[in-house]
Amino acid sequence: MPKVSLTVNGRAVSADVEGRTLLVQLLREKLGLTGTHVGCDTSQCGACVVHIDGKSVKSCTYLAVAAEGANVTTIEGLANGNELHPMQAAFKEHHGLQCGFCTPGMVMSAVDLAKRNSNPSEHEVREWLEGNICRCTGYHNIVKAVQAGAKAMAGAKAAAD
Amino acid sequence: MGAEGIGAAVRRKEDFRFLTGRGNYTDDINRPGQTHAYFLRSQVAHATIGNIDTAKAAKAPGVVAIFTGADFAADGKGGLPCGWLVKNKDGSPMQEPPHPVLAQGKVRHVGDPIAVVIAETREQAKDAAELIDVQLTELPVVGTMADAVKPGAAKVHDGGNVCYDWHIGDKDACDAAFKKAFKVAKLDLVNNRLIPNAMEPRAAIGDFDRATGEYTLYTTSQNPHVIRLLMGAFVLQIPESRLRVVAPDVGGGFGSKIFHYAEEATVTWASAKVGRPIKWTCDRAESFMSDAHGRDHVSHAEMAMDKDGKFLALRVKTDANMGAYLSTFAPAVPTYLYATLLAGTYTTPVIYAEVRALFTNTVPVDAYRGAGRPEATFLLERLVDNCAAEMGMDRVEIRKRNFIPADAFPYQTPVALQYDSGDYQATLASALKIADWAGFEARRVAAAKKGKLRGIGISTYLEACGIAPSAVVGSLGARAGLYECANIRVHPTGSVTVFTGCHSHGQGHETTYAQLVADRLGISIDQIEVSHGDTNKIPFGMGTYGSRSLAVGGTAIVKALDKIVDKAKKIAAHLLEASPADIELKDGKFVVAGTDKAKAFGEISLAAYVPHNYPIDTVEPGLEETAFYDPKNFTFPGGCHICEVEIDPDTGVTKVVKFTAVDDVGRVVNPMIVEGQVHGGLAQGIGQALLETCVYDENGQLRSGSYMDYTMPRADDLPSFDVATQSTLCTHNPLGVKGVGEVGAIGSPPAVINAVVDALRETGVRHIDMPATPSKIWALLNSGRRAAAE
Ligand code: FES
Ligand code: FES
Repeated sequence: MPKVSLTVNGRAVSADVEGRTLLVQLLREKLGLTGTHVGCDTSQCGACVVHIDGKSVKSCTYLAVAAEGANVTTIEGLANGNELHPMQAAFKEHHGLQCGFCTPGMVMSAVDLAKRNSNPSEHEVREWLEGNICRCTGYHNIVKAVQAGAKAMAGAKAAAD
Repeated sequence: MGAEGIGAAVRRKEDFRFLTGRGNYTDDINRPGQTHAYFLRSQVAHATIGNIDTAKAAKAPGVVAIFTGADFAADGKGGLPCGWLVKNKDGSPMQEPPHPVLAQGKVRHVGDPIAVVIAETREQAKDAAELIDVQLTELPVVGTMADAVKPGAAKVHDGGNVCYDWHIGDKDACDAAFKKAFKVAKLDLVNNRLIPNAMEPRAAIGDFDRATGEYTLYTTSQNPHVIRLLMGAFVLQIPESRLRVVAPDVGGGFGSKIFHYAEEATVTWASAKVGRPIKWTCDRAESFMSDAHGRDHVSHAEMAMDKDGKFLALRVKTDANMGAYLSTFAPAVPTYLYATLLAGTYTTPVIYAEVRALFTNTVPVDAYRGAGRPEATFLLERLVDNCAAEMGMDRVEIRKRNFIPADAFPYQTPVALQYDSGDYQATLASALKIADWAGFEARRVAAAKKGKLRGIGISTYLEACGIAPSAVVGSLGARAGLYECANIRVHPTGSVTVFTGCHSHGQGHETTYAQLVADRLGISIDQIEVSHGDTNKIPFGMGTYGSRSLAVGGTAIVKALDKIVDKAKKIAAHLLEASPADIELKDGKFVVAGTDKAKAFGEISLAAYVPHNYPIDTVEPGLEETAFYDPKNFTFPGGCHICEVEIDPDTGVTKVVKFTAVDDVGRVVNPMIVEGQVHGGLAQGIGQALLETCVYDENGQLRSGSYMDYTMPRADDLPSFDVATQSTLCTHNPLGVKGVGEVGAIGSPPAVINAVVDALRETGVRHIDMPATPSKIWALLNSGRRAAAE
């Protein structure tokens, strides 16, 4: 069995995996990071989105061995202890989640968008979220949350700079 | 209202764990020594099963055990029960064919489970399943309802393809009214089959404890107690006391997680056989062919009108697809949840409906968001538009003329229900204003200049929820009453746990219920926890569906709170040396009326648990109360949805440019959550109208079997919504609440299709079945153009 070594949420980890093991399986089953979800088998739903080297990726179509040496961030790596990341806080404030199943993937996708575009229009948010399905919210509040979260992230960054 | 009490848009308590990845869904749970199950499912729609050779598979790496339907039968276990029986027109019982947990003798739909492989890993189980050799002899397929009733049709079950032939209303009076009609509007329509598609795929873990002989089932369920009852009593035949069912965080249900499924029974039963926990998680493709589907009606409807456009009588004939087996509540959906809603918001004095339920070689159909009520609403609100066209009358005017007036409540319909409250003129007026109905013509002209066809559609719907009054549902064929239970435990230092028989899978109960308690006891919601989904913690419960959580479950909480306050007053009276009658609960304190003598809530609870100065002769220690609430009636939310669309005639693509929803859901406890529920329902309703549909080919193969070919609404397919609420209070529960979970999915499909038909009206289109896909519209437009050119 091949061994894979990578950094997950700032921690160096390694594990023995099968060639066919997917990144999402490594995260959920070997590392116990169950915040990343599996909602489909056709890379359509986006419940499994994580960041690899800062970019959003569907971990259900990414082989674990391909993540060798990569820097992976999952939903568990976003908040600072009990302090929510600005995007997470925006989802809470704008009621951008209901059952919470699509939420980790939504938030990870949204953070990537916000890094590229600190002030996305409603249309830009809706287009960006094409790969993330939510069955509960009707997206209305997710769109608002992503816009607010992007602004908050830009504000936090400006304050830090 | 307090800052956190009834009426406040409190942010949700549950969000922190969901947002940080700490949610605990069934697939996140792992038990020590766990094995994995994979179900071998039929690839064909109809066949007899010959020999099943598992020898080779049994030797495959990691395989622990393989079971088939024969093993289940040999062990004396039962099939999956149906929870609601319906009678035929002549009073005879409906056909209730057996529903084996694993197929026995025949497979009846693609996805019907034949065997289960238990192995060390899921991959090994899946690999081994490929080595099972099943001899199937294919039989002719009953693919559609039309096939099911053809003379000489193949039989899905020995008793034939008709499950029941039911009716409601007065046929003779209806026929007589039609004879006197000034005009009659007619409509044939299909309510398309849908796949619920909660984002969390179903999962189940069976865990038998050899030391205690107890079974635990973790499952993605909306109603764990019901699953315990059905599985324990009917399938496994073991006492409830040895069966614990836990439904932890559940990633959406929409009805599809109400029912008792084969996989739950299989892993629970098999875990005792193999002596290890067994986990099953379905993948999405599997969920498409094993979760109960929704809708699937074909109807013919006629409305008789007088010369003023007043409705005289409604006649409806509906065929409803049951699929290959009866899912738990399937027979109730096209009867008591559908035909009883055909009065809608109107005074139609006579209604007659005939419903035939048919078996086909397809996945079983059962309740999906709205269940029966969307089907009734779609039929009625499409038909009313046709009535307006037939009369040459305005669509709004004909509705206004036929509305049940606000002063006519309680209102008895001709189809069993008695509505307690509503004000349909008010929701209509408010929606017309928000949608700027009056300004539409100008927008149509502007769109036409850009070459676009713009249309506007309206739906003034009504639904029945808060399921259900036990006596009523019992008389209607339900095998169980449907009250709800709440237990409230005040802990020694004054924090509170609410144990509810309802189940939250996105509805935000942990917040809304905490608000009810905060409102009554005057304590912060941070002091209140809501516990649900575990049969070992909660006395009993019927779960969450049919928008019953607040109207029924919330009322049970209120009743339990009354008892808590009653007892707390007695304790306070003793501590304050006053009479209980003089004690008032104010801002979280128990006060002797007219004095400043008071005890804080925490002081009372402490006294209750660690008594040294306590009236132990008259009041028992502890502060915990249970209440069961059985509602007197359903609740009746209603409202008005208005949809505006723009169609590109070159591509047939419909864009929803504006959607307005004004819903009367009774009292609103948390407006933020109420709006969110409406949004979600609208997305599913608009999805049905424009995008979603379940397609089978003539061999019974599921064509729309993944997200590659079942069109789920995505962010870019939907608009932002204009939603508002209006409140006429429910008159028979103390909260005045009606329910909101389904209104969006009920009111919106006819509003969308009415808008599409309106946009296409000039081209001669009078009806279009859902989903109004681009190719369908493009074809309609082009046949129209061709006809015009000829
Ligand atoms: S699970 Fe990865 S896209 Fe659906
Ligand atoms: S919140 Fe349930 S799927 Fe998005």
